Amino acid sequence: MTSNSPVAKIEMQDVKKSFGTKHVLNGIDLTVNTGESMVIIGGSGSGKSVTLKCIIGLMQPDSGSIKIDGVETTHIDTKARDELMGKFGMLFQGGALFDSMKVWENIAFGLIQGKKMHRDEAHDIAIEKLKQVGLLAQTGNLYPAELSGGMQKRVSLARAIATNPEIIFFDEPTTGLDPIMADVINDLIKNCVKDLGATALTITHDMASARKIADHVAMIYEGNIIWNGSVNDLYDSGNSYVDQFIHGRADGPITKHVDFKAQN
Amino acid sequence: MPDTAEKKQKSLTLAIATLCQSVGHSILSFLQSIGVLTIFIGKATAQCFIPPFYPKLILKQFIDIGYYSLPVVGMTALFTGMVLALQSYTGFTRFNAESAIAGVVALSVTRELAPVLAGLMVAGRVGASIAAEIGTMRVTEQIDALVTLSVNPYKYLIAPRVIAGTLMLPILVLIADIIGIYGGYIVSIYNLGFSSGNYITQTWDILERMDVLSGLLKAGAFGFIVSTMGCYHGFNSGRGAQGVGTATTYAVVSASILILIFNYILTQVFFS
Repeated sequence: MTSNSPVAKIEMQDVKKSFGTKHVLNGIDLTVNTGESMVIIGGSGSGKSVTLKCIIGLMQPDSGSIKIDGVETTHIDTKARDELMGKFGMLFQGGALFDSMKVWENIAFGLIQGKKMHRDEAHDIAIEKLKQVGLLAQTGNLYPAELSGGMQKRVSLARAIATNPEIIFFDEPTTGLDPIMADVINDLIKNCVKDLGATALTITHDMASARKIADHVAMIYEGNIIWNGSVNDLYDSGNSYVDQFIHGRADGPITKHVDFKAQN
Repeated sequence: MPDTAEKKQKSLTLAIATLCQSVGHSILSFLQSIGVLTIFIGKATAQCFIPPFYPKLILKQFIDIGYYSLPVVGMTALFTGMVLALQSYTGFTRFNAESAIAGVVALSVTRELAPVLAGLMVAGRVGASIAAEIGTMRVTEQIDALVTLSVNPYKYLIAPRVIAGTLMLPILVLIADIIGIYGGYIVSIYNLGFSSGNYITQTWDILERMDVLSGLLKAGAFGFIVSTMGCYHGFNSGRGAQGVGTATTYAVVSASILILIFNYILTQVFFS
């Protein structure tokens, strides 16, 4: 970062990660500015999830640098990592709600266990967040297994925003939902991020969702960012890989490459 | 002809190379898993002693691991004590040593059978449920969710189970000792016609503090083995339902085998 530009919220430089002989990330460079909503698109197995997990710290990259607010995070100790986690909120693909706890306890979990808040106070915030994602206060006393998929996603979103995080990660937020519920979740994500003034990083392969929530879009393919730009430029990117992906065509450079590899 | 001989030679060399490779590979992966396990046990044990603790979660595990295992451990002890009295009677009458039955029952139960059988029963009941629960949490990303909510999963999930396992099994075994000896007593008094007073005196005379104590120390070690194996296999569970199933199987099998191995080692240490 040059001294005259503000410090980026998330800055990845040449991040590499391999599992055995399989190179998943081949040098990812990505910058997300404060208050920006970045969406990473890409096919299954392209390295989207691994990128996300490296930033959060659920995985350790093999090499490269990841800075949050200008601070290097790849080699920090457990205590600093715990503090860093306080800045993060995450919506998991499957919801990842704790099934042994009631809905409100799920939402309040980060407040009670992470921030050591009193239960009553945390309960009030949980109910408030529950209303914010469009659910009734009574829902708080149910268990996650008693909720539909869409409701679980909403609760999961409420849990992700409960601690008022500075950065929120969304892992395929609309996967497994019907188109209407997907749009509802997209709206909620957009509003929640705006209300909090948070920075958002989403990975998805749902183009409707990407168009709706993104300020910037980056496309990842075989462990590299092959295109990065404003969402307004997405449909005239001039990149044949991006074009194939966003239009969902079976024929194009991405599938050609796969066939070529299969033949060898 | 020499061509086929050469081919044979080549395929033989290749077969030997493949064999060496697979042997080497499995040895390496075995050593690697021991390393991973050691680090896991180190982290888990450290979290048992570093505050903050979660007293509510520990209490819940006390009840899950200790209280709910009482029926199965109690039944095992009762019938083991009963059959022990019956079998020793058959053997001992052959050389007029019926009076040794009380001692044989008391010593076998306290030193050997109560800790080992309780350990194996708890491995099946508790080890499996720990592995399945934590494995499901791993598969559904609940463990990752804990981390993103600033909670250390070693402290929150694993430490309470390891603490409860290590402390509860000795208590279970103490109860099993009493029930097992009582089982022997019932059979001897009501079935074999011994006098109640004699039986109790004989039991009391032969038992030494070290007999019971060694059994309880063994039980503590077995409780640690069962809970760490359950947690380890669940924590490193593979993907999907199959991954959780495999984790559960490994948890029970490895805990059972380790209990038998450590039973021998600890017996050697205590009584040599």
